[in-house]
Amino acid sequence: MSVDPTETANTAPLTTSTGRKLRTEEMVLNMGPQHPSTHGVLRLELVVDGEIVVDVIPHIGYLHRCFEKHSEAMTNYQQVIPYCDRLDYLASMNMDWAYSLAGEKLLGIQVPERVEYIRVIMAELQRIASHLLALGTYGLDVGAFTPFLLMFRDREKILDLFEMTCGARLLYNYIWIGGVSHDLPPDFIPKAKAFCRYFRPNIKEFNDLLTFNEIFIKRTASIGILPADVAVSYACSGPMLRGSGVKFDLRKDDPYSIYDRFEWDVPVGTGEVGTVGDCWDRYMVRIREMEQSLNIIEQALDRIPQGDVRSAIPKRIRPPAGDVYVRSESPRGEIGFYLVSDGTASPYRLKARSPAFVNLSVCPEICRGYMIADIVAIVGSVDIVLGEVDR
Amino acid sequence: MTFPEIARKLQDAFGDAVVEVKSEGVPDPHVKIAPGRIHDIAAALHGDPDLRFDYLMCLSGVDHGRETLGVVYHLASMTHRHKLTLKTDLPAADPKIPTVSDLWPTANWHEREAWDMFGIKFENHPDLRRILLPEDYPGHPLRKDFKVPEFYNGMKVPY
Repeated sequence: MSVDPTETANTAPLTTSTGRKLRTEEMVLNMGPQHPSTHGVLRLELVVDGEIVVDVIPHIGYLHRCFEKHSEAMTNYQQVIPYCDRLDYLASMNMDWAYSLAGEKLLGIQVPERVEYIRVIMAELQRIASHLLALGTYGLDVGAFTPFLLMFRDREKILDLFEMTCGARLLYNYIWIGGVSHDLPPDFIPKAKAFCRYFRPNIKEFNDLLTFNEIFIKRTASIGILPADVAVSYACSGPMLRGSGVKFDLRKDDPYSIYDRFEWDVPVGTGEVGTVGDCWDRYMVRIREMEQSLNIIEQALDRIPQGDVRSAIPKRIRPPAGDVYVRSESPRGEIGFYLVSDGTASPYRLKARSPAFVNLSVCPEICRGYMIADIVAIVGSVDIVLGEVDR
Repeated sequence: MTFPEIARKLQDAFGDAVVEVKSEGVPDPHVKIAPGRIHDIAAALHGDPDLRFDYLMCLSGVDHGRETLGVVYHLASMTHRHKLTLKTDLPAADPKIPTVSDLWPTANWHEREAWDMFGIKFENHPDLRRILLPEDYPGHPLRKDFKVPEFYNGMKVPY
């Protein structure tokens, strides 16, 4: 959207009180890198025509930590995993798992049955924790404080479960190539079941407080509409893609691990309160995904078998030369690792295709033509984590 | 379509531009193509109703050593649910390859990243700037022959 010069010529010229003519032009406004609504260090260059945003140019890289270069310098494939933790630090379990899947495919190994179940339970708990943080801070972005506190209260209970299992609350280094670092502690399963029972009714509470709150709907419905074809052409994934009504989830459509054994559904955006693909739809997909994750966790907790939690692989693995691209579904979408091995004990090349990086690249498309205040709502609904955008 | 069918279709349509088809002995089968023809081949993969590769999962730069860089395209089809890996080799002295960002807009940022990290020039790219590193950064650090500079803007780098 740009201003038509003939149109401004036809309207009566604006004048000051002294009769001097005012000129109008587009203005460049800087948002970030230190801005509460950018969820980290993202800088947006907004080209604005008054209050209307004409263009958005994202500038990233403020949190670049040379992840890919570091991985090449490691002396062991397993040493990369703590760095993977720090990619998407709100979904470390999913990051570790995605990298481990790539390593296991290069090695051509299967992991024990018990490991698959533990990984599914951890990944789905992590998905709930990540969505809780995304939704809570999204509420904050548009002016709701209470849901944030309630969601953090519940996220804390998931972090307690993780702490019980591996000692860490944020960066776990738990899922390793060929297994997991520790077996579950004895009282994990009853406590996880108790959490599921406790948490399920709370989702209704969130809906009453935030989801169907009139102010919230006014701020998010029909804002930042992402049509399905644009979402696919920009390779959006996760709630971003499903919010646009595309029923695509890697856990169902390119199944890995044991997800095909569970009964669950893929929620998509339907435009209930606005237009398909708006901010509210992306928000709602996350709320509904938490319910589905609970379904998966409950089934997995009931069926988890006994057994080993490590495959019989050497400490220093040397995968045969070759390359793999393995993708899996993180809370933000498709996390893919392109891993090249040259037969030595460290990765020759590792590229992380991070979902937030790709989802953010569509941002200019969905921000044009909205008000500056809407940009906060739109960027919040993309749910970026700068740790994985900048790597 | 299965990988052999896709590979045969590409070989029939583009002949010599398909340099190598490898499906045995590797975890992911791939097709290696001549870099100059990438845009034609990508347009066919994107447009052909039987192939319809509408989803570019990933685009990565690679330094193979021995004065060779590479670009790897991981494609998927939302319609047909098949996948394909395309590879190209480029000379490290003058790495140039046509952009595919007009077909898959998602390639825009991936190509900027490959330029940033490997110095691969994507011809006709709408906005080929560095994306993660500062604009005045010397060199392309993911190249295997990259040497960390001693000073960067007056700051000592190795500490």
